Amino acid sequence: MRYEYLHHVADTKFRAYGQTIEEAFENAALAMFNAMTDTSKVAQVEMREVALVSGDLEGLLHAWLSELLYLFNVENILFGTFRVGGISRDGDSYSIRSQAWGEVVDPVKNTFFLEVKAVTFHEMEIQKIDKGYMLQVVVDT
Amino acid sequence: MEKSVKDILHKVDDYTWEVPMNFKPGMRVPGRIFVSQKLLGSLEYDTVVQTANVATLPGIQKYAMAMPDAHSGYGFPIGGVAAFDRDTGIISPGGVGYDINCGVRIIRTNLQASEVRPRMRDLIERLFQEIPSGVGSKSRLRASDTELDNAFLYGAKWAVDSGYGVPADVEHCEENGFMKNADPSMVSARAKTRGKPQFGTLGSGNHFLEVQEVVEVYDEAAAKVLGLHKGQATVMVHCGSRGAGHQICDDYLRVLAQATKKYGISLPDRQLACAPAESREGQEYFAAMAAGANYAWANRQVITHWVRETFGKFFGRDMDSLGMALVYDVAHNVAKLEEHVINGERKEVYVHRKGATRAFPPGHKDVPAAYRSLGQPVLIPGSMGTASYILLGTEKGMGLTFGSACHGAGRVSSRAAAKHEFRGANVARELAERGIIVRAAEPAVIAEEAPGVYKPSDDVVDVVHSLGIARKVAKVMPVGVAKG
Repeated sequence: MRYEYLHHVADTKFRAYGQTIEEAFENAALAMFNAMTDTSKVAQVEMREVALVSGDLEGLLHAWLSELLYLFNVENILFGTFRVGGISRDGDSYSIRSQAWGEVVDPVKNTFFLEVKAVTFHEMEIQKIDKGYMLQVVVDT
Repeated sequence: MEKSVKDILHKVDDYTWEVPMNFKPGMRVPGRIFVSQKLLGSLEYDTVVQTANVATLPGIQKYAMAMPDAHSGYGFPIGGVAAFDRDTGIISPGGVGYDINCGVRIIRTNLQASEVRPRMRDLIERLFQEIPSGVGSKSRLRASDTELDNAFLYGAKWAVDSGYGVPADVEHCEENGFMKNADPSMVSARAKTRGKPQFGTLGSGNHFLEVQEVVEVYDEAAAKVLGLHKGQATVMVHCGSRGAGHQICDDYLRVLAQATKKYGISLPDRQLACAPAESREGQEYFAAMAAGANYAWANRQVITHWVRETFGKFFGRDMDSLGMALVYDVAHNVAKLEEHVINGERKEVYVHRKGATRAFPPGHKDVPAAYRSLGQPVLIPGSMGTASYILLGTEKGMGLTFGSACHGAGRVSSRAAAKHEFRGANVARELAERGIIVRAAEPAVIAEEAPGVYKPSDDVVDVVHSLGIARKVAKVMPVGVAKG
């Protein structure tokens, strides 16, 4: 299982899994965009590189998902494929290098279930589990 | 194992339940949750925890409160109200929310619902076309950077001065349509970039534009002053500050997380990041929040102008004959510096209302002159198939809840769950059978916002009325709904 949605009253909560932290991050982005639309219909035409630094891993996850959402809002690009090249720690800071593929929204082809408006820290969890990592995120919709 | 809500709360009276100080370490005041026995049944454990978390924040006055429609949010519960001392208290984006000044306005008309109903499908379609809504919708406005800054500064007044409305509109907005402490230089470039293409759009989710019928009047004299009568068609607009507000909230959660450490404030929840209200960081957030609030007022004002234009063209009548005056506009996600009497002493406090409506009493200077003898109009929107209410603030509410009432029906079911339980097309058909036409960008939106996912608005409003924090004037039912 790459990700699953959990019950949450007002908004969308999901858990994303991965054998590595990078894979778990990729699946978290996928879960976020799949809450909005069917990402299997999104073509890989546009690519954006996203590199970020944060003081902790939760902050990095928050910043990364927020950046993807920002690009969706501002450049109107719907992403469906994510590659996290590496997440590394340097003393007190964590950094991510990644690429996201997608296409500019086509209102006829891309239909939306809902709009993710923000990524929250609410109930955010990053856990080392048996076979890798579990990330739990609640997004405001 | 989570304790049951009923085991935690102490009953104060039929509509008031106390979260005791010993429920959570660090609580500075008790919590107060205003629900009936019936609504208590759907109160979540998390809402109680979040109310208690708010009670731990420095400078909190009297109680951390939750309105009858409360449900769990981030940081504060949705429906949370708390006041913090100006000098010793804090200010927190977690007490305002992501959609800064999400709010509601109601516009009266000279039309009877019976005139509108037969042409509803066409009218809603026209409104849906004229007012951009839905995920990724782009505005018809092409605001320049200067115009956007002026909207951040002057809100609904900017809109009216730019030709979107009439001067009376701003008089009938909370804060006269703009908060004076707004400072666009405190708004990040990212927030401006997100806000620009969405300026003049309704948005998605629970936001809507509704044509309604006044179905019940509880106070004829008050309704007359508000320009409302039974059988009349009204229009309600529910939306907020779009991506601009979300980004301002997000930006300042980060800034205030640092401030929380700097000022040595210990928090039970990262979403409650805050700073001393009068600190540099606190005031910068307050100035940016006010700019976001003003953007939302400008947004609702521009949409109102398009609604009037659309009605004018559709019915072939001029504005005077349509009589589409703004009755009132309320914010329901905002923090304000207000004066309240607390334990017999008049003091200034930062009142946070997150999913709660200001409800000031008769005679208050901030109530528009035309309504001053009545009290401030309080607008409580329902969900797609349920009633909305117009109420008035009371003296009792001023004393009990810092002049606040609830903001809506309150959710009981998750959006993800709703999509499985209710199919959009079926919900739309059922509503049509009850005389309510719904037009949404996607059928899934209709499912997500199906009436069944909300607490019945009647129950919530009855608690507000019975508790006496606001009193009912009129009830309106949807006839046509346009959703993002």
